[in-house]
Amino acid sequence: MHAIARRRHHKAAPLLLVLALLALITGVAAIAAPSTAAATETASADDIATGEALFAANCASCHGLDAEGQDGVAPSLVGVGAAAVDFQVGTGRMPMQASGPQAIAKKAQFTQDEIDQLAAWVSSLGAGPAVPTAEQVDASLGDAANGMEVFRTNCAMCHGSIGGGGALTQGKYAPSLLETTPTHIYEAMLTGPQSMPVFNDANITPENKRDVIAYLTAQQEGSPGGLSLGAIGPVSEGFWAWLVLLGLIIGATVWVGARSS
Amino acid sequence: MSTPEHHEEEPVTKNGFTDPGLAHHRPRRADVEPKADRRAERQVAALFGLSALGTIIAIWAYFGLDAGDGSDVDAVHRMNLWIGIGVFLAMVGIGFGAIHWAKTLMRDHEMVEERHALRTSDENREAAIQNLKDGVTDSGLGTPDEAGTGVKRRSLLKGSLITALAIAPLSVLVPQIGNMGSDWNISKFRHTMWGPGVRLTRDPDGSPIKAADVTIGSVFHVIPEGLNDLEHHEKMAEKAKAVVLLLRLNPEDLKIQEGREDWSFDGVIAYSKICTHVGCPVALYEQQTHHLLCPCHQSTFDVSDGAKVVFGPAKRPLPQLPISVDDDGYIVAQNDFDEPVGPSYWTRLKGDSTTEATSVEEESH
Repeated sequence: MHAIARRRHHKAAPLLLVLALLALITGVAAIAAPSTAAATETASADDIATGEALFAANCASCHGLDAEGQDGVAPSLVGVGAAAVDFQVGTGRMPMQASGPQAIAKKAQFTQDEIDQLAAWVSSLGAGPAVPTAEQVDASLGDAANGMEVFRTNCAMCHGSIGGGGALTQGKYAPSLLETTPTHIYEAMLTGPQSMPVFNDANITPENKRDVIAYLTAQQEGSPGGLSLGAIGPVSEGFWAWLVLLGLIIGATVWVGARSS
Repeated sequence: MSTPEHHEEEPVTKNGFTDPGLAHHRPRRADVEPKADRRAERQVAALFGLSALGTIIAIWAYFGLDAGDGSDVDAVHRMNLWIGIGVFLAMVGIGFGAIHWAKTLMRDHEMVEERHALRTSDENREAAIQNLKDGVTDSGLGTPDEAGTGVKRRSLLKGSLITALAIAPLSVLVPQIGNMGSDWNISKFRHTMWGPGVRLTRDPDGSPIKAADVTIGSVFHVIPEGLNDLEHHEKMAEKAKAVVLLLRLNPEDLKIQEGREDWSFDGVIAYSKICTHVGCPVALYEQQTHHLLCPCHQSTFDVSDGAKVVFGPAKRPLPQLPISVDDDGYIVAQNDFDEPVGPSYWTRLKGDSTTEATSVEEESH
């Protein structure tokens, strides 16, 4: 029994349990507290402490308790900023489900409050890009036509002309952006997650980033032609024409030539 | 139901094959059951009715649905969809109805059409050959008058006709060849707009780039300063040669190539964006592996190691643009590329008076 228990529990497990308990207590306290405003505006010391506990319980096994990362396992998170945490955890990429060519987006494992607390702690370790404001990602304030030009120059080669996604090398891929929220699109440009390069504010200005979001939001609204077939051009359209439409025509021809019963 | 009379007859044998005769007539259900007849009639009428309904739907969608000013994608989509459904039903209803009518209700009996002999009658054949012979004789192009028909020999016409026929294709070929080969000046492949002190600017707006703007992991899509001032056609021709990727790697990850020690600074490095295979823009940059992937044929270049080819059909590394920083802190080119960008061509390595093609890339293979 002891041998099994030793193998199944990490040395730090008691510490993690205590921290998780602390996190739970502070979390409950935070929810029970009658505060309404200023919860997300500035990170309080409470948020940072809760975030640290959450981090220790959920992220530290790879990134380390001090978030400095481990060679070949996980990168250091010092200085990545709140935007990186909000993107990686908010899209469910982190915590990572399994090692692979790249972390896969899945259902977010934390509530937005917990993500904010994690972000508060990580950004307290070193300055980095912050989560954009609602105004910065408001598609209705952006110019979709300019956004298309910026997207075409900087993004379309990997993500496809309307952001439908595309393949990279050795199992990596540029994901589809058609379901991505404006905030996550902005954060991805700002922080350059995984294979994606960084597009800092000097490269693509905040206004241009918002234009890109306006362009992608217009794509998310659907195609005026109806079936976009993945918007990858002649390949899928050819498949449709040759297999489906020609199939229907052959079927009709067979019916025309068949004898009536 | 029907009498199997065909099978009673003596089978006819021709060329070793037995003629099976006609299959015995099998009446359709609508021929024998009044109920089936009425049902088929109703089906045909329903298909024609469906067509009429489709016409009404299409007209209703055109006038009844509001596509607004075209900015509401859903409204345009809805209108297109309903007009499409209406036109589809209108056309398909008529077509399928007519065929169903013919198949189930119109007269149904087997008919035999005997095949005619393919050979023309001897009479017609002789007449045709005689026509040709007469034509040759009358034209005077043939052999000297043997038959004594008195037709004059016309060698002038013969010569001019052959000349006209021989040169007629040139009216099509000359303009085509002329268009193809109007510009044989290939020395321009050797040079781009880059030169000493030309600033690296952002594509598409042409704003210059400060060295401090290029943070680690960044990639800038770059055009030379002044490109946007060119007239459209010339701009496209120059852009196709001069586009550059400007990246910054962690200096520890960057393997500086021999002889290029001062071509980059602090891990900021610039490479031509034109693939050395067939000239597609190589722009899929994987920040973590430092690999640059060409979308056309999957050539992969390692930008941390002189953009050498690590995969795919490309044979040479991407040309590197030597860069430095000017007095205002903007990134500038030190010089043009020291080799022609893009795919190989026949005199690529010959060099010219102003540039010497390097042989660095050939050594790596």
